[in-house]
Parts: sequence; C-alpha cells; structure tokens
Amino acid sequence: MTAAAQKRTPLYDEHVRLGAKMIPFGDWLMPVQYSGIVDEHQAVRNNVGVFDISHMGQLVASGAGAGEWLNRMLTNNVEKLDVHSGQYTFLLNQNGGIIDDLIVYRTAPDEFLLVVNASRTDEDFTWLRSHIAPGVELQNRSDRYAGLAIQGPRVAELFRALFGATFELPARNTIAAADLNTMPLAIARTGYTGEDGVEIFFESKYAPAIWTTILEKGKALGIRPCGLGARDTLRLEMCYPLNGNDLTPEHNPLEAGLGFFVDLTKPNFTGREILAQAKEHGLKRRLAPFRMQGKTPPPRPHYAVFRDGERLAEVSSGTASPSLGYGIGMAYLPIEHAKIGTALEIEIRGQKFPAVIEKKPLYKKP
Amino acid sequence: MNVPDDLRYTESHEWVRVEGENARIGITDHAQAELTDVVFVELPQVGKQVNAREATAVVESVKAASDIYAPIKGTIVEVNKALESNPALINTDPFGEGWIFALKMDSADAVNQLKDAAAYRQQIS
Repeated sequence: MTAAAQKRTPLYDEHVRLGAKMIPFGDWLMPVQYSGIVDEHQAVRNNVGVFDISHMGQLVASGAGAGEWLNRMLTNNVEKLDVHSGQYTFLLNQNGGIIDDLIVYRTAPDEFLLVVNASRTDEDFTWLRSHIAPGVELQNRSDRYAGLAIQGPRVAELFRALFGATFELPARNTIAAADLNTMPLAIARTGYTGEDGVEIFFESKYAPAIWTTILEKGKALGIRPCGLGARDTLRLEMCYPLNGNDLTPEHNPLEAGLGFFVDLTKPNFTGREILAQAKEHGLKRRLAPFRMQGKTPPPRPHYAVFRDGERLAEVSSGTASPSLGYGIGMAYLPIEHAKIGTALEIEIRGQKFPAVIEKKPLYKKP
Repeated sequence: MNVPDDLRYTESHEWVRVEGENARIGITDHAQAELTDVVFVELPQVGKQVNAREATAVVESVKAASDIYAPIKGTIVEVNKALESNPALINTDPFGEGWIFALKMDSADAVNQLKDAAAYRQQIS
C-alpha cells in the first residue's frame, strides 16, 4: 500500500479540517475517527451521525434487457423491484463465492443503480462487463458521484430542518430525488448501522457544500461526523457482514446466514446450481455471532477460535462493542459447532478467553 | 496537550516518574488522545524482569491493541489494578490515576537517556 496509490474523496479537506485521523482503506484515504469511535457510535445510536461514503462505487445498468440480465448476475430477484425500490443482493462467481454484496435500485423501468463496495468496484465492473448481454449498457459512475450516510433516530428531524417541515423521507428501501438548495440529490432510505437513516448520492462537486450544510443544520440535534471506526462497531453490533472480512470468494451467502437475499426459485443466476446443491446437502459451516464473557480483551480479526481445545476457525470480525460494553465478533464455524449457546474460546496473545454464540443481532434497541 | 515538566518521556509515548529507585510509567496525554476510548489494559506480572524497550503491557482501544514498552530495564514492583475495572482512567487522568506499572530500576542512570519534557513536546508538535 503506497501513499501515492491513495485516493481522496471530495471531502478529504473537510475531514482534515475537522481533525479526523485518516487511514488507508483499500485504495482510499478515509477518516477512521474524529471525536472518538465511542462518541461517534453513541451519536448514531442516540441522535444522528454523518459518514463520508464517497468511496463506494456506483454502477448504472440500462437498456431494455437490463432487468433480465441483472437477474442472471445477482442472487436476489430484481423483477420484484418497483421503480424507486432497492434490495440487498450478491454478485457471485461461478463457484457461488461472493464477489461483492451490494444494493441495487430500480431508478427507471429499464435503469438500475448498483451501489457497491469501494474495494470491489473495479472488479465488479470488469466481471459484469465480461458477462454483458446485448441491449444492456453498463457505466461506472463512481468517480462522478459522492455520497453520505446519515444515520440515527433523529434523521427525519434533520431532513425536516434541511428541506422544510412537511418533508417526508422516502419509505424504507426506496430511493427518491430531492434538491438541497438547488443541488440535486438521490436519497435512499437504507443504512449499515441498525438505526433509521439514509444514504444520499450527488455529483462530487457539491460534496463540501452538502457536507457543511448537514453538519450545520444537525448541530442542534447533536450530529457528529463519523468515521470508519464507528461504522464498523455499529454494523458489527447488528451482525451486518463486512466485505473482505465476513464475505469473500471463499464463502457463499447461505453460509453467511443471508439466504433471505438469494432467490433460488429464479431459474438461472451465476452460482445458483452450487448454492442449490449446498442447501440440499446441508451447509458445512456458518457465520456465527459471539460475545465474550467476563472482562476480556476485545476479539479482533484473525484471532483463533477454539471449542473444547480444538481449533475451529478464525475470527472474521471482532471489536469492543460500545453499546454493549463487552467484546463481540463473528466467525465461520463448522455447522455442528455453530449453534446458539455454544461455548467457545478465543485465543488472544496466547491466552484463551471464554465466549458464547448468540443470536443475531447482538445489539437490540432498548 | 499536557506535557508535565517533571516527567521523562520515550519516543513511543510512555512517561516516567522517578520515585527513589523506582520508576512509575504510563502513557502520555498525546498518546491517549490518539488512541481514544481505552477499553482494556493487560498488565504485567509483579516480579517480572523487563528490558528497556520490551513490550510490557497492552492497551486496547476500540480499534486496536497497542504495546506499551518498558522505558528502562528493571523489575516490575507494582501494577495499577484499578485499570482492570476502569481502563478509561488512562483517558481521563493519563499522568495520575491512569498510571500502568512501576518498576525497580536496575540503574537509575538510565533515566537520563530518556527525553525531557521539552524534547517530547518537540516530538509531538
């Protein structure tokens, strides 16, 4: 990872101005924290927080055959999407392994927006291009668009402060257009934190003005700029998977416990046969959420997971949970060791600490 | 950033308070501000012999585990048990209640090789 390879979002100067600690994240230089992970995490759980997600990729598929084609490329059923609706879905390789997890929105009858992980954008684009069908056009608009995730129980209040007292957020999993002081936005009611929230997308040139306006209007609501650190603790408390950690080409969505987003009744999509067989023969392993018991160091990715002294797996995601006050994580365990209530040990610096498998989500709103 | 004049400092952001033949050790205000939110501290065993620059304790923030190095060669004589129940003392009072361990120095002269407050201030500026 060289310094020269690091891309900056259009909000880089804003992050530095706010005193963010910047770290490399894939090819990008991103804020990991501003005021502190716990403070930012609590702002999202209790008030509202704003994250720069400009690094995420935007691909647009259009043309008369776009829906039918995407339905063969993605696991969820695109045909179920009305115009302005979105769904969580997977892009798989021929072996049923996960290339990427993404959200696809139907923005017009024959036009779809795919919001994909930053580190997978080029790979997704190349893969999709190499499988393109006649009459479908695919564009990578990632460099033209910036984005923010605005998350927390006070997000609706914030948007009324921004757009006026009668403003209504789009319904969950839908996307709508709106102008903020003449700057056009796409507003999608979705998120990665377990709180109410939106992700908004707009042309990169508007990014500093939109960011600043949101922070100013949000001040009275306790808004905080939030970094990747809080994004990780918030999503892991909900057991939302992180691409690269919990989702890789070595895993399929069924093992990840995300079969809900795989429509095996569709006649054909990449990876379908393998997933159907895996389901028929029974899964071999499963992504299991766990919590540490008692006072322990926090679990972290790659720590070894044991049961009764036998090494079973590595932690795929792990952290100290700010909402719960103990360590939490996830690991792919052999199916016979993945039941709720199973006692595990996590090895941390040569010492084994007790943990137990829990139901997801690990955090439930009080 | 608070850098008390009466302490000595290391490149790796530990502070040292000389108390007779013992040295009390913690991490600086600058270090705790960089880490934020300390959630766990792993303390050394009393009686353990440590070399200068040997990893001796671990401070864990939400994001990462950081080694804390012994600034001076010696034997651990005391550890701050209060950190086991309240690791955030490192954030709230890094030079006081948030101390981590104390060691009996093999040679008190070693302190003179550490940075003084002015030199450490320059390092973090």
